[in-house]
Amino acid sequence: MVDATVTDRTHDIMVERLPVGSAGRKSSGWFGMLSLIATEASLFVYLLFSYYYSAIWSDGSFLPARLPKFDLSGPDTVVLLLSSAAVWWGERGARKGARTQLATGLALAFVLGAIFVGVQVLEWRGKAFRPDSSPYASLYFTITGFHMAHVVLGLLVLAVLFAWTMLGYFDRSRHAPVSIGAIYWHFVDAVWIAVFFTIYVTPYLGVR
Amino acid sequence: MTTTSEYERVPEIRSLSDDPGLPARLKALWETKPGLWGWICSVDHKSIGIRYLFTAFLFLVVGGLEALVMRVQLAGPERRLLTPEAYDQLYSMHGITMIFLYALPVLSGFSNFLFPLVLGARDMAFPRLNAFSYWVYIAAGLFMYASFLMGVAPDDGWFNYAPNSLPPYSPGPNMDFYALGMIFLGVSTTVGAINFVVTVLRMRAPGMSINRLPILVWGTTTASVGILFAMPAVTLAFFMLWMERQFGTHFFGAGGGGQPLLWQHLFWIFAHPWVYIIVLPAMGLVSDALPILCRRPIVGYTLVVLATILTMVLGFGVWVHHMFATGLPLVASSFFSGASFIITIPSAVATFAWVATIWTGRPVFTTAFLYFASFIVMFVIGGVSGVVTAAVPADLQLTDTYFVVAHIHYVLIGINLFAVLGAIYFWFPKMSGRMLNERLGRWAFWITFFGFNLAFFPMHLTGLLGMPRRVYTYPRGLGLEGVNMLSTVGSFVLGIGILLVLVNIWHGLRHGAKAGDNPWDAPTLEWATTSPPPAYNFAIIPAIASRHPLWEGRLGEGSGRSQFDRGFALDHGKEALATTALDAEPDAILRMPDDSPWPFLLTVAMSVGFAALLLHSWWVVAAAVLAVLVYGLLWLWPRRRLLQIAGAGHG
Repeated sequence: MVDATVTDRTHDIMVERLPVGSAGRKSSGWFGMLSLIATEASLFVYLLFSYYYSAIWSDGSFLPARLPKFDLSGPDTVVLLLSSAAVWWGERGARKGARTQLATGLALAFVLGAIFVGVQVLEWRGKAFRPDSSPYASLYFTITGFHMAHVVLGLLVLAVLFAWTMLGYFDRSRHAPVSIGAIYWHFVDAVWIAVFFTIYVTPYLGVR
Repeated sequence: MTTTSEYERVPEIRSLSDDPGLPARLKALWETKPGLWGWICSVDHKSIGIRYLFTAFLFLVVGGLEALVMRVQLAGPERRLLTPEAYDQLYSMHGITMIFLYALPVLSGFSNFLFPLVLGARDMAFPRLNAFSYWVYIAAGLFMYASFLMGVAPDDGWFNYAPNSLPPYSPGPNMDFYALGMIFLGVSTTVGAINFVVTVLRMRAPGMSINRLPILVWGTTTASVGILFAMPAVTLAFFMLWMERQFGTHFFGAGGGGQPLLWQHLFWIFAHPWVYIIVLPAMGLVSDALPILCRRPIVGYTLVVLATILTMVLGFGVWVHHMFATGLPLVASSFFSGASFIITIPSAVATFAWVATIWTGRPVFTTAFLYFASFIVMFVIGGVSGVVTAAVPADLQLTDTYFVVAHIHYVLIGINLFAVLGAIYFWFPKMSGRMLNERLGRWAFWITFFGFNLAFFPMHLTGLLGMPRRVYTYPRGLGLEGVNMLSTVGSFVLGIGILLVLVNIWHGLRHGAKAGDNPWDAPTLEWATTSPPPAYNFAIIPAIASRHPLWEGRLGEGSGRSQFDRGFALDHGKEALATTALDAEPDAILRMPDDSPWPFLLTVAMSVGFAALLLHSWWVVAAAVLAVLVYGLLWLWPRRRLLQIAGAGHG
């Protein structure tokens, strides 16, 4: 649908109806969040680099005597992935203009995310070492701590989005903050996979 | 005509002759409010850019004075002007100031001022974030300088090697100031980089496809992407250092089983890309301005752009050449040595493009041209000494000597400062509406050029003679007296040259000749608007048909003509056009935020938080974090006026 045309004498610049204001993935905020995710992902790359570097250059005594176990971390990973699914389902609701679905998805994701944090705290308390016990302990608490800080920030984002949803700020054509918050939450969950693989899986693959 | 709502419309196409009241209406929408509060809340990219430049020059002067004090100390052997401890603090603060508080911020200043103008936009993508990045920059700079005033400045050099920076060897708060200050400054750098990247992706004038971008845009954008990937390494390294100093973790200290070299890896993974981050935007400025002074387009536009990007990519694979002397396996050293040789190829591409541009052009010998031409010469000298240190055997001999000091100064003064000084002469008319004095400019140029080379060329020899860097004095009879005296004399001559540049700026602001819109008869969009530009930059959004919109009549590039007198007016509020990332086709009409106090208040809260971290006042830290969250929420709260909130009965 072409409603007007600017001629620059080479070719015409077609001008169609354009959205005005912050429209979903055409908003500047969406691009800003993707850039933020790029730099945050690099941060985790360097965190994991530090872990592998310290493991490889140690004299073989890097890991603690009791290797990290899956009894808490395994189910917790599933919980976090489910929270991503909940956000995805909620955002689909936002695109249809279904406010109840959006609010439900956000609330569900918040609860699951909070459970993840709770289980992580339990796991921390069960450790026989403290951050100043050894290089492994320092790295373990720093890496999982950085991730947990990101989850907590993500929970705050989900809570704010929930409030804005209840205030009726979003509809089918205006929900950029939901898309921006959702992609951040998915990023935080995706990073956990890398953290989980590094901390919990690689000890059994011979990184020690 | 289809029905339109507030949330969707076809942008009106108008010309100024249809609508003579447009500029006045836009001015009312875009202009910063008067008074101190208006100044604090301003989000105008031009004013923020000039603040960046002013602040960066202030730090340049402070860092320069620190260097002069050191040169007095080193003028002769066994002088006792400075204690070793004072000398340690001076060279550390000199490096930190020049590399972090001057070299990038000064380029951010140019880019902030120029980006929307050369892109044909009304502002940066995130105007409030832009103000925030400036406030955090100056707050972090003051935070680090607070240590200097208290006599506990960082004293382990700008690269701050562990374990020397750990408590057993550095018990005072010196390193904590540096660690927290760098984390703080990293916030400014990161959000600034995000702003440049998104501005380039989204804010270009319609028709400005990526093959029509000025090279300064490529330079800054490439460096900004580099910042996004490199900055977290150093932020993390300083965070870990601070944890190790305050809470006894074991990342770096060998005593607790940590890895001292991990610090060097994390630091140089950041800091070698950083070298390219602080030169690529400067090379971009030269690549745009030099051809204008040669009266022709640059030779090899596409090659220069690809070389810029390739330099940044390769720049991530050479960091270990700073660590050849640390006993790494020979395979690793050989690999990184090879990569360091390869990186000279894209640098040489740019150099040959500049030389060919001068060779085949008709140079106009203005002061700016002199700075740009000498920039090429010094880039070659700095590049060649870089090749020397890229070779492992030579590096083992030269590392930590004055040869490296000579190299880094040829690179950073040659490629950054000389480009910046040329760019000041070139763009000052656009910023102020007035010209700088050419006669005084030429004097200042020759004094700067002579002083710089006199100060730093002999340092190659000082290094070859074996004088180590970062030592507060040297004994008699080693043959080091002559070269050191030359360097001291040269550094003062250089200082006088810089002083004359500042005098010229001071004089130009008051008495400079009126510049007019396009004093250099330049082809790019910033010269299509008035000098200084109005708050809204362009009343009519230009439509672009070539790489040199203002030279189309002469070059006959393509077949089209860019259009300035007729186009989108976008005046239903503070509006700007978003275009698609590659082809720059109209994609959305953006509502731009008004002036805002939150960037400043957020910076204040963060400053309090960082000071409290230093003092271990955890309750104050908690209060500051809470304030940051609340201010951030108020900043981001969806606004009806920005059409971030659904309309009643809509959708």
